[in-house]
Amino acid sequence: MIELEGLTKRYGSKVAVDQLSFQVRPGVVTGFLGPNGAGKSTTMRMLLDLDNPTSGSVRIDGKHYRELAEPLKYIGALLDAKAMHGGRTAYNNLLCLAQSNRIPAARVSEVLDTVGLTAVAKKKAKGFSLGMGQRLGIASALLGDPEILMFDEPVNGLDPEGIHWIRNLMKQLAGEGRTIFVSSHLMSEMALTADHLIVIGQGRLLADTSMADFIRQNSRSFVRLRSPQWERLLDVLHQAGVPFLQTGDGAIEVDNGRIEALGELAAQHQLVLHELSGQQASLEEAFMQMTAGSVEYHAHGATTPGGPPAAPPDRGGAQEPPRWGARGQDKGV
Amino acid sequence: MTTPYQQQPHAPQAPGPQLGTYTSPIAQRRPGFGDALASEWTKIRSVRSTIWTLGVLVVLMLGLGLLFAVLLRANDRGETNTPVLVFGAFGVLLGSICVITLGVLTISSEYGTGMIRTTLTACPSRGRILAAKSVVFFLISFVIVTAGATLVAILQTAMVPDGPRPTSGDWLRATVGVGFYIAMLGLLSLAVGALIRHSAGAITIMIGVVLLPLVLAMFMFTASLSGLRDFLMAYSIPSQLIALYGDQLSTPGPSGWESLGIITGITAVALGGAFVSLNSRDV
Repeated sequence: MIELEGLTKRYGSKVAVDQLSFQVRPGVVTGFLGPNGAGKSTTMRMLLDLDNPTSGSVRIDGKHYRELAEPLKYIGALLDAKAMHGGRTAYNNLLCLAQSNRIPAARVSEVLDTVGLTAVAKKKAKGFSLGMGQRLGIASALLGDPEILMFDEPVNGLDPEGIHWIRNLMKQLAGEGRTIFVSSHLMSEMALTADHLIVIGQGRLLADTSMADFIRQNSRSFVRLRSPQWERLLDVLHQAGVPFLQTGDGAIEVDNGRIEALGELAAQHQLVLHELSGQQASLEEAFMQMTAGSVEYHAHGATTPGGPPAAPPDRGGAQEPPRWGARGQDKGV
Repeated sequence: MTTPYQQQPHAPQAPGPQLGTYTSPIAQRRPGFGDALASEWTKIRSVRSTIWTLGVLVVLMLGLGLLFAVLLRANDRGETNTPVLVFGAFGVLLGSICVITLGVLTISSEYGTGMIRTTLTACPSRGRILAAKSVVFFLISFVIVTAGATLVAILQTAMVPDGPRPTSGDWLRATVGVGFYIAMLGLLSLAVGALIRHSAGAITIMIGVVLLPLVLAMFMFTASLSGLRDFLMAYSIPSQLIALYGDQLSTPGPSGWESLGIITGITAVALGGAFVSLNSRDV
């Protein structure tokens, strides 16, 4: 169990992490989601006592990190793949860590085997690919067979096979009753691995909710209609009392509409339809809308005005405000 | 398989785990300072820079020592009263750059590679890390420099027959004393490495600390600076080293074992600063 309370980190006048309070519970995979620069890595470094918080505190099973006698047996962390000495072999990189925590040397070979690096155990770490470096970092996290595991962007640089392996590994580790805390900026990745979700943006907590709740609240389903007689179609929908949204590209969207009913309605009025399809907004879109106000580094040029890149078409302000924020805050604070 | 490494089927590590609790089968024992020493020993012996710097150190010490012995043997030394042992100082002085480099790299390479984050995650006590690194580094450099200096002293006294014979005190200072001095200078470099956190920067600073006072003193011609010049001449690091061999670049300067006290004092202050810095700064 990891508990954060009012964790804050300021660099000069810039607030990287702002009054962050949440808990990471054992036995589940907790996803830590936020756009680049949201403060995920800073938060993780403060968890490990690498950075000093400006205010607030972190407790790991009720203890401060520096009070842990053998931290590696409590908490294993993958911060970034290259946090190893490149001139040292994979085996020796792990051996010196094992020795400092009284972990038997046999365990080093064991974790190298677990991550599939046995064949390159005697090779220098600097010759490793990004994926192999990531595996070595994961091996170091597993070294003490800890009850808490923390991974910062573990799928970065991995090939599809590696990504699949990490997902299964995290699920298996959580299944053994461990606490898994994993950060990512990819909603799609989290949707596949995480049971619980913590979303931050610009250092502030945006949501603290179970993955199932998040999906239920944010997977908006709608029916998309296109018609050459769209003005008449609008009148018909209006008269029928069906709420709709007009998208910029001439299509009409009806939230939670039934395809059958809408098709029949169009037929009654002898309208020609070019499209009548059921759609599901992706979680990626929901995540981007949630964090749109707090994305620090916007790309310019390719973006459409008024929305993040690849955002759904402009709905002309008809979009209702996000529903998750308030709920998440209630739970988290 | 297109990948060079093979994925192993993952065997469950604990039978019948309960949700919400995981107990590691690895025995829990409180690690002590000895474990930190073992860890640092593994680190220092498993990188090539250690072999290189210490190898070059030994070559410089023995090579220059031998060269001077041969030159002194072939040429008439004339009237000079210079003790024989002092001719070992040149090799040691050049070799000290290797010790400085190794001292700096012992800690700054961890910052350069990012290893420091892993290290401090494994052992959050900054004091223990700094102490373990200091002890391991100091012992290695002390043993090697002392052994090298002893070998050079034996060669030179054997090959150069004339000149005043060194006393047992001279012998001890020129071997163990020099080993201690250079190892302490390396420890000062380690402290500077911990403060600067940048290999090249820290090495440059340390080479400056060794050479600059003497170089500056050479250019202080004016009478108003003569006091400072004499001080720099007498207490620069090369002067302190030569004083250990029983010779002096200028008087009054350190004599006997005094040099060791000076370098130990400076290093203690620097290590204290490094400790405070490690404890308070973000990694």
